[in-house]
Amino acid sequence: MSEAATAAVAVEGRNLVKAFGQGNAAVRALDDVSVTIAKGEFFTLLGPSGCGKTTLLRLIAGFESPTSGAILLDGRDITALPPNRRPVNTVFQSYALFPHLTVAQNVAFGLQMLGKPKAEVAATVDRMLALVKLEAFAARRTSQLSGGQQQRVALARALAPAPQVLLLDEPLSALDLKLRKEMQTELKRLQTETGITFVFVTHDQEEALTMSDRVAVMSAGQILQTGSPRQIYTRPANRFVASFIGETNFLTARISGGAAHLAGGVIALPAGTADTASATLAIRPEHLRLAPPGTPGALPATVAHSVYFGTDSHLHLRLADGAELVARQQTSADGAAGPEPGTEVGVLIAEGAVQVLQE
Amino acid sequence: MAKRSARPFSVTDLPGFATIAIMAFVALYVPILTLVAYSFNGATSVAVWGGFSLQWYVAAWDNTVVQAAAMRSLGIAACASVLATTVATMAALGTTRTAPFRGQTAIYVAINQPLMVPEIVTAVALLIFFAAIKVATGYTGLAYLVMAHTAFCIPFAYLPIRARLEGMDLSLETAAADLYASRWRTFRYVTLPLLAPGIAAGAMLAFVISLDDVVITEFVKSAGQDTLPTYMLGQMRRAITPETNAISTALLALTVLLLTAFFLLTRKRD
Ligand SMILES: Nc1ncnc2c1ncn2[C@@H]1O[C@H](COP(=O)(O)OP(=O)(O)OP(=O)(O)O)[C@@H](O)[C@H]1O
Ligand SMILES: [Mg+2]
Repeated sequence: MSEAATAAVAVEGRNLVKAFGQGNAAVRALDDVSVTIAKGEFFTLLGPSGCGKTTLLRLIAGFESPTSGAILLDGRDITALPPNRRPVNTVFQSYALFPHLTVAQNVAFGLQMLGKPKAEVAATVDRMLALVKLEAFAARRTSQLSGGQQQRVALARALAPAPQVLLLDEPLSALDLKLRKEMQTELKRLQTETGITFVFVTHDQEEALTMSDRVAVMSAGQILQTGSPRQIYTRPANRFVASFIGETNFLTARISGGAAHLAGGVIALPAGTADTASATLAIRPEHLRLAPPGTPGALPATVAHSVYFGTDSHLHLRLADGAELVARQQTSADGAAGPEPGTEVGVLIAEGAVQVLQE
Repeated sequence: MAKRSARPFSVTDLPGFATIAIMAFVALYVPILTLVAYSFNGATSVAVWGGFSLQWYVAAWDNTVVQAAAMRSLGIAACASVLATTVATMAALGTTRTAPFRGQTAIYVAINQPLMVPEIVTAVALLIFFAAIKVATGYTGLAYLVMAHTAFCIPFAYLPIRARLEGMDLSLETAAADLYASRWRTFRYVTLPLLAPGIAAGAMLAFVISLDDVVITEFVKSAGQDTLPTYMLGQMRRAITPETNAISTALLALTVLLLTAFFLLTRKRD
């Protein structure tokens, strides 16, 4: 969603701080987080365990109140509203289905609490169960369902009241790989069909990249970068983002005159790159090409070893100054093996592939 | 070196285990079985077997004093268990569904005080306390017994309810709040239905405990307020008759029934 910045805002977090505990023992689960989520967007919070993803979601849902900062929904300050008065629903990681109710009663719960008329409740429940393809299970107890089915009930239950925002806390993490892939597609379909703003939490970078309109990468209670999957992958703002998403080579170089100077050579950089005595360059393995040694513009390197993955192999290369680089090479059609360890090669870096990181 | 046994250590392998187990069961159940057997005794003596007969059950059933005591016992147990369960439910919610607060342990101890203070001490204290109130108000009805029973039944109702609340998945209540349920409706539509087996178990335990009480009842009751246990105690002082056996057996049957229900309600579901 490239127009995200100009589209109507669904959720806004302003300078959110959440501290648990008192005094010296206090943990800052969120440390001055500001975030803007557009209407109808599939927005993903991505980050390692303990970085504060769940905490941010719980603040939006209202299960927790921020130590400081404000939460706005559709432009209205909802910081002080209890969860039952926020038009926001949650799909819990553990599903949290009511064990004493049937599937249909679970889905009806939110509508009933909103005081919707009986006929409307019944119609919406039918529609929701059809949406998640569970019509046949309406009268079942939730304990009689498989993990994937429970997950869909949780989804239907949260979607039934037509919330302005749907919060999903690692909803797929309990599923096996195959079901997970299926549900990813399913979720994306539901989001497109309903047009509801999704705030999705995951620590799986692939999931984040494939499903999201925009991703916020979090670490240690802060949002490090927000952007489209493409922006995050190709233009990581810092070393953490670059290494957390996909694989990246890091090189240290001196920058002057619009080029990076390494021990074995010079790499051209985009015009206007500021001079620095020591900068970190990030280069994705798939943007490195091997060339015969001595090719103009190629960095001289030695093959250290290679790891074969089937569709491609990772060549570990050593540069003149001892720095290591990994280059990804597609397996050739004839299946020929790549260069042997010890081979002298040249490394060509695709134009625009180098990202100068701010530390 | 001892040969390593293929089986892990089990207490049942210890020498004398079977003997001790049998002795324990004998000590526990032979007296009860004797009591039950002799309640069907056709003879007037409690020691000589005179053939199978239900005469003592008929005698007890037809005895108006026994009838009155039984009704009183059941009435008090019903009132006390309802009151105790209500208080216990509120107390359990207050000690599990609130943020930890100062003095929480003290409150926990206070709620369970009747389990720890010797019953005779409570009985004497209540006797003196209620005597003063009786003089002051002139009221001498059954309410004193109901109040006393309620008080010592509370911990028995509290413990199973609290156990169930603690075992409950808190995210269910969070989910209810997320789905627009106010605090009250969360309690009404989620917590309470899930807690119901715990409440029923607590009520049943309280009922049995109240039904069975002798010491406090004996001290607190006014004239003509015998419950079944205090009536039996009074009878025993004069003469032991198989009628007492019959009443005891009936009481035992009721208790076993209620405790079985309690067990079924509190056991873990698989
Ligand atoms: N109720 C709490 N009391 C104290 N500390 C908490 C509490 N909840 C979270 N924290 C702390 O806040 C930090 C962020 O927790 P949070 O649950 O938001 O992480 P997360 O990003 O969701 O991690 P995960 O991927 O493991 O679920 C952690 O260090 C955690 O220990
Ligand atoms: Mg989490």
